[in-house]
Amino acid sequence: MKMEKSNLQQIIFKNKGAFSFIKAFIAIILALILGAIILLLMGNNPIEAYSALVQGAFGSKRCFAETLLSTTPLMFGGLAFALAYRCGLFNIGVEGQIAMGGMAAAFLGYSLTGLPPIIHLPIVLIGAALMGAVWGIGPGFLKARFGVHEVISTIMLNYIAFKITGYMVSVKGPMKSLVDEMPASPRILSSAKIIRIWKGTRLHWGILIAIILAVVVYYILFKTRLGYKIRAVGKNSFAAETVGINVPRHFVIAMMLSGLLGGLAGGVEICGVHYRLLAAFSPGYGFDSIAVALLGMLHPFGIIFSAFLFGILRSGAILMQAMAGVSKDMVQVISAIIIFFMGMSEPLGKYFTERFMRNKDGNIRKDI
Amino acid sequence: MEILEKIFNISIWASTLRIATPILLASLGGVMSERSGVINIGLEGMMLMGAFGAAAGSYFYGPWIGMLIGIAIGGLTGLIHAFMSVTVKANQIISATAINIFAVGFPNIMVPIIWPGYHAITPVVPVIKDIRLPLIADLPVIGLIIGNQNPIVYIALILVPIINYFLFRTPLGLRIRSVGENPKAADTLGINVVKMRYIAVIASGFLAGLGGAFLSIGYQSQFSSAMTQGRGFIGLAAMIFGRWRPVGAFISCLLFGFADAFQAAAQSAGMPIPPELLLATPYVLTLIALVGLIGKRAVGPAANGKPYEKG
Amino acid sequence: MEPIIKMENIVKRFPLVCANDHVNFEVKKGEIHCLLGENGAGKTTLMNILYGLYGCDEGKIFIRGEEVYFKGPSDAIKKGIGMVHQHFMLIPVFTITENLILGAEPVKGPSLDIKKAEEEITALSQKYQLNIDPQAYVMDISVGMQQRAEILKLLYRGADIMIFDEPTAILTPQKVKELYKIMNFLKENGHTIIFITHKLKEVMDISDRVTVLRDGKVVDTVETSTTNPSKLARMMVGREVLFRVEKPKKKIGKAVLEMENVFAKNQRGLPALQELNLKVSEGEIVGIAGIDGNGQKELTEILTGLRKVDNGKIVINGKDLTNRETREFFTVGRIAYIPEDRLLRGLILDFPLYENFILGLQDNKPFAKGVFLDFIKAKEFSQELVHKFDIRGSNIESLANTLSGGNQQKIVVARELQRDPKLIIASQPTRGLDVGATEFVHQQIIKQSNEGKAILLISLELSEIMNLSDRIIVIYEGKFRGEFNAQSASEEEIGLMMAGGGVS
Repeated sequence: MKMEKSNLQQIIFKNKGAFSFIKAFIAIILALILGAIILLLMGNNPIEAYSALVQGAFGSKRCFAETLLSTTPLMFGGLAFALAYRCGLFNIGVEGQIAMGGMAAAFLGYSLTGLPPIIHLPIVLIGAALMGAVWGIGPGFLKARFGVHEVISTIMLNYIAFKITGYMVSVKGPMKSLVDEMPASPRILSSAKIIRIWKGTRLHWGILIAIILAVVVYYILFKTRLGYKIRAVGKNSFAAETVGINVPRHFVIAMMLSGLLGGLAGGVEICGVHYRLLAAFSPGYGFDSIAVALLGMLHPFGIIFSAFLFGILRSGAILMQAMAGVSKDMVQVISAIIIFFMGMSEPLGKYFTERFMRNKDGNIRKDI
Repeated sequence: MEILEKIFNISIWASTLRIATPILLASLGGVMSERSGVINIGLEGMMLMGAFGAAAGSYFYGPWIGMLIGIAIGGLTGLIHAFMSVTVKANQIISATAINIFAVGFPNIMVPIIWPGYHAITPVVPVIKDIRLPLIADLPVIGLIIGNQNPIVYIALILVPIINYFLFRTPLGLRIRSVGENPKAADTLGINVVKMRYIAVIASGFLAGLGGAFLSIGYQSQFSSAMTQGRGFIGLAAMIFGRWRPVGAFISCLLFGFADAFQAAAQSAGMPIPPELLLATPYVLTLIALVGLIGKRAVGPAANGKPYEKG
Repeated sequence: MEPIIKMENIVKRFPLVCANDHVNFEVKKGEIHCLLGENGAGKTTLMNILYGLYGCDEGKIFIRGEEVYFKGPSDAIKKGIGMVHQHFMLIPVFTITENLILGAEPVKGPSLDIKKAEEEITALSQKYQLNIDPQAYVMDISVGMQQRAEILKLLYRGADIMIFDEPTAILTPQKVKELYKIMNFLKENGHTIIFITHKLKEVMDISDRVTVLRDGKVVDTVETSTTNPSKLARMMVGREVLFRVEKPKKKIGKAVLEMENVFAKNQRGLPALQELNLKVSEGEIVGIAGIDGNGQKELTEILTGLRKVDNGKIVINGKDLTNRETREFFTVGRIAYIPEDRLLRGLILDFPLYENFILGLQDNKPFAKGVFLDFIKAKEFSQELVHKFDIRGSNIESLANTLSGGNQQKIVVARELQRDPKLIIASQPTRGLDVGATEFVHQQIIKQSNEGKAILLISLELSEIMNLSDRIIVIYEGKFRGEFNAQSASEEEIGLMMAGGGVS
């Protein structure tokens, strides 16, 4: 005797968006609380620390610009991880894709001379994206053809990417600038720079590219045939294969697109912020992307917000370290806690809905 | 040619053992965990936490207590992964990724507290010194390779047959393996699936923690949050390459250890390849290993990675 | 005399259904007691409670007069209860011995005492005439030996109350008779047997008493000698059951599926299909009968592009589709495929209904609009089908996992039939469905056949095959043996051939 889905279940289902938001919100609050506890145990004052954080993120025009500046690569990275995840793949290699994309961008940026910006910049960014795509397609292909687990292969490619880019700007490296002492490439030409849009700050219009890309990814995932197939493969590759969807091919496509976004993140960072390739120019944006994607419920619009949140954490952390003496790495810790909570949210959500639905004597409640 | 001679002297084999040890410990941890059906990508993080715990413990209480603390912290981190994977039934890769990220951030915020003025890298701490095995060290070739190593290297070597025996010849080992192959079948015979998996995953944490302890107070003499360098993941690749068997993992780890020892020797012997690129050798080798040997036979325990739902 | 088992007022609820609704169940010592009911009636749930795998929400259990609270199977095992499950609970990569001793291992010091175990098992197997090879790996042995191993597993732990859950699903009629012999032998040795089934014949053949469950409630408990299949069927279903489906005369057209000399291997590289020749024509229903594991899986896979053939030709709809991609089978071959495992291969449970209805159809008009998917059309389409096929329980925005098994299967059937295919491949289309849903699927299949489609029906239920098919072909060890005309064939003949006997 089957029972009707209860009213509560129907309400939850109809307002999926709102409930996702609540889950994310709870995860953030819990992470901040847990973070505060850790701070207390370490002898810091959480209130002091958090207010320094907020001040560092919003306190002045420059601070807010830095927040948005950090948000940009996080948005790209979050979209990258989410896209792969939607196809059932774990792209832990975003960090490496950022590095390789940045390398390609710097190279194209300083070696192609005599081009007007309207041609140079797009070429540079496309180059960065393609480089990232190559770095992503490798693991995708290995998985499709050989069943190699993409977690290990993307992580290996991270290390290889770090070694390659490190080599490029090392003392005798091919991309090492002959002008400076530090491990960096020559500066890119001004025709390859992304113009700043806010006077007195470093903010460039890369953030607009990021937001536009979020919309594009949304359309791809939810409005196109390709996105439908990617999602189908991600949710149930057996059913997808049975009805004729080419699962291995979609693994490759998803990883390629994911790497493309990662590479673009690197390219935008080089062309908008650093203007040259530095040895480790990404302070862990690739790893934060994982938390950003999960917190954003793997949805492009959610990711816009979660990327912003992490941008706050990142830029605020600088001031938090200076003023309250709390290490910048607190961001990593909070990031990890958020990932934990988001990982717990689905199974726990199911569990609590279950419990909530039953009376004390175990009957299924009919009143909700 | 003389470069090759410089590289292939006897010390490269001794280096191989030393370099392989942390990878081996992580790999054995992977075997334990995955044999019970829980994927553990978090060995890297557990190793790093163990390295940190060992360094801090050694700083306050001396190297041996430090080693024990490192092992314990590794086990504690394993407990977290067990909780997330088995009780909460969260996605095992997400849980492990969180652990890996946490393991980078947490020690970094603790370092300035324990050692004021230091960030990311600690000062030198007391280490477990290498020892010389009396009779063995005098043997001709073997003695030079195996006679003079760190105690933790010896522990790791002994653990290979011990864990092999445990998994394949004891009742508890049989039960752990059953839970990794067909938890439902084991459940119907009254075996506590949850308990078996917790034991296995926490054990993997202990092993990874010991590997980390070796890094910070045996192989080197300080802790840095970048010190694991992917060894936890290479250990997993070695596990797959070794077909989830301790002896197979051991041989694979020797291979990886050799590759790393080779590239270090090549660097100092003056091989004309840029050092940074040589450093990439272990990672490239891992990729090749993963591709080369994957086929019909490289299948792990049947229930690997799937949370067990009763009923 | 006190019953050896008494289950009083048992209640067990699951999220969407009450599986056991105040069930009272008693078993006498030394009897063979059948628990009869449809799929989903609550039989397995009740026995899982008796065996300690589930706890009950309400009710009491008495074993040999004393009240018990089982926290898990170990407690039930201690009280002498053992269960042979429908799907074998064996570990393929372990030996029979390792499987049998799991949880009750004999030890010598810290090690497993395998020798002692093997001796004990061999002694037991001889006593009960259950022939097995203790050192064989489970993945290498036959289904029959696996079942004997499962029974030995119970005996090794000293079970005197033995529960069998649908043990004949994987057996030929001959092997079923052997199982009856084993059960009677156990009964003579003082064991008590509870036998779960949904097959009336088995109840009549072997049981002393039978309890009928329907929708979670006990209908009645009767002495088998005082009842008959019709009465039991009535109790099981609640209404008169038609045992045969009406089939009008049909016109057979040209061949749609032609398989010529096909050879294929299975997952492990061993030969799975050999020398297959088959023709299915328009308007014809060809039923493939066989015991599970004789190549049916591989057969459906080569006909849907999910497995390559080593030799031979597959022509569908006039085109050679040997070893082509799955997609081509659908687009060029114009097949429809109802997979045997709808949850794994037929649906995406986390997708809403309207996304499930277009699964596989997403690249066709009218849903494909350039690179985009027209979800409005998809929703209209879904609404139509929900109406046409009377799919109840939710609206098209709900996720597929909220529907009952029967309604889920309706989605798959509806979607596949809407393709207007030339060839329909239906693999176990009514597995796990209740009578209403089964009738529905059968009606749809007949309807499609009358409209001139070619249908290949693969099923483990011989009655279903005999009911629906025009021609019946038996598959055994990957070869087709013998063809029967459905009207004139007898179950005994077919059963014999399914077991490898008889002349082709």
